[in-house]
Amino acid sequence: MAVVHAAPKWSSNEGVLAKLSDSLAGLLIAAREEHGEIVLTIARDKIVEALTILRDQHAYQQLMEMAGVDYPDRAERFEVVYMLLSLTANHRVLVKVSAAEHTPVPTVTGLWPVAGWLEREVFDMYGVIFAGNHDLRRILTDYGFEGHPFRKDFPLTGYQELRYSQEEQRVVYEPVKLAQDLRQFDFMSPWEGAEYVLPGDEKAQGEAK
Amino acid sequence: MTGLVLEESPTTGDQIITNYTINFGPQHPAAHGVLRMVTELDGEIVERIDPHIGLLHRGTEKLIEHKTYLQALPYFDRLDYCSPLGMEHSYVLAVEKLLNVEVPLRAQYLRVLFAELTRICNHMMNIGSQVMDVGAMTPMLWMFEIREDCLNFFERASGARMHSAYFRPGGVHQDVPLKLLVDIGEWLDKRFVELFDDACSLFVDNRIFKQRNVDIGVVSKEDALKWGFSGPMLRGSGIPWDIRKSQPYDVYDRMDFDIPVGTSGDCYDRMMVRVEEVRQSARIMKQCLAEMPEGPIQSEDRKVSPPKRGEMKQSMESLIHHFKLYTEGFHVPAGEVYVATESPKGEFGVYLVSDGGNKPYRCKIRPTAFSHLQAMDFLTKGHMLPDITAILGAMDIVFGECDR
Repeated sequence: MAVVHAAPKWSSNEGVLAKLSDSLAGLLIAAREEHGEIVLTIARDKIVEALTILRDQHAYQQLMEMAGVDYPDRAERFEVVYMLLSLTANHRVLVKVSAAEHTPVPTVTGLWPVAGWLEREVFDMYGVIFAGNHDLRRILTDYGFEGHPFRKDFPLTGYQELRYSQEEQRVVYEPVKLAQDLRQFDFMSPWEGAEYVLPGDEKAQGEAK
Repeated sequence: MTGLVLEESPTTGDQIITNYTINFGPQHPAAHGVLRMVTELDGEIVERIDPHIGLLHRGTEKLIEHKTYLQALPYFDRLDYCSPLGMEHSYVLAVEKLLNVEVPLRAQYLRVLFAELTRICNHMMNIGSQVMDVGAMTPMLWMFEIREDCLNFFERASGARMHSAYFRPGGVHQDVPLKLLVDIGEWLDKRFVELFDDACSLFVDNRIFKQRNVDIGVVSKEDALKWGFSGPMLRGSGIPWDIRKSQPYDVYDRMDFDIPVGTSGDCYDRMMVRVEEVRQSARIMKQCLAEMPEGPIQSEDRKVSPPKRGEMKQSMESLIHHFKLYTEGFHVPAGEVYVATESPKGEFGVYLVSDGGNKPYRCKIRPTAFSHLQAMDFLTKGHMLPDITAILGAMDIVFGECDR
């Protein structure tokens, strides 16, 4: 497919996937190139080794970002994505590991100190544990917050709300009370996306075959 | 200090002075927002800093997962409210990259023009407030004159002074009148140059400004790489890296501009990098104005960009497209991309995961301030208490973006 979009163009991906797959052989679970992004999936306990190779042998000097993603249907529901940038080769790769709630991911703070807060954020939002990160406190949520808000099963409205109480002269926490239920509009076309059975369709179930 | 009893050392009989811990913020004018820093001081020397962030956390990324791609766009204005269009730019490019949609040339020029206007607008805020943090009032007021002009231009283009929601996947929201382009050109040639040069003459060689900034918060090249620095923080340390130049997006590859680079990596270098960036932005804007072609400002792909209002009243198909785009929204092919652009503060990235539906499955926003703020501890160690504000100001931090 010809590239017609105007998004940032870094140096060519040609041959990079093969080269990286070669030098990461044994650590790699999957590698693919899609939408112009090279995505490498690494075994969880090998992540430090793999990132060291990428940093020292392939000149990916900077860890720009780490993201958590939640796929509740999977056996290991979380993905942790590392975005690497090479200033000298002018190239980016995405490196991924998967993790469950109780399987710690080795920390990469030894390679890049910037990972400290990035890991704290993934921990705060998803509850992924990073083994070896000595400062794994919550970072973005409130003091004393419970739960991991970016998990797909955490409601958008949350559980607690707070207000300033004139009587008690302080901020009080209360369970969320909505005057009107939070509505999620389903705009998907009923011909394509609807997950419910249209009235009357249940009768046709047997005959269609 | 009456009533203060100092502990006595059991062996020498000397008085032991314990470190003093103070809270910097959460409400402090020099914290540039709601930042709480637990600061451990030995006298007036900073021993350790523990920034507590998240006081402005609004769960933007979670909210975006519950909105269509178009409805998610205005959240980006509200991240870094000092440079709203810089944030939108990353997002629309990420969506376009997944869709692989072509953007008309005029729209690309308009985007670059307004992204650079945003850069000027942002740096006016940052330079002005930094100068004020270290003790001068006047440059701030003069720079806000320029900022006010920028905001008026945004208003004339999009209808909103700050939260423009002007960039859209597939182009920009609406075309600009010719008079606006003419006015921007005249402003760049006269009023902007006069105001900016006047304001700069007040602080660039000023003795107090230099005393507060030179050799404060020095970052080596190695540290800048290790701590994930980007933008003026990275360039201030002497690394010539600008995404506009090395990974060009939109029409930046047609522009002729220079990348200012610092030499010593202190606060003064970072500020001077910004001063020069403003001049380069003006240069890019002039090229945009000179070269901008006529033509459509939105993708012709009706599955992505809505039809014109006039068309909608005439054609049934346009009406259907309009209705579908504003209710269901467009569907984005499944996949994941990480798109980062050079926002005024540094690398602002969007990691977008799509499951093929009309809402993003996951939208991770890479704020610039997050990584920079993390380095506060090692940057301030051994500095004096008042240097905290200088270092913080030279980082250019906005909490809407840091906390998301």
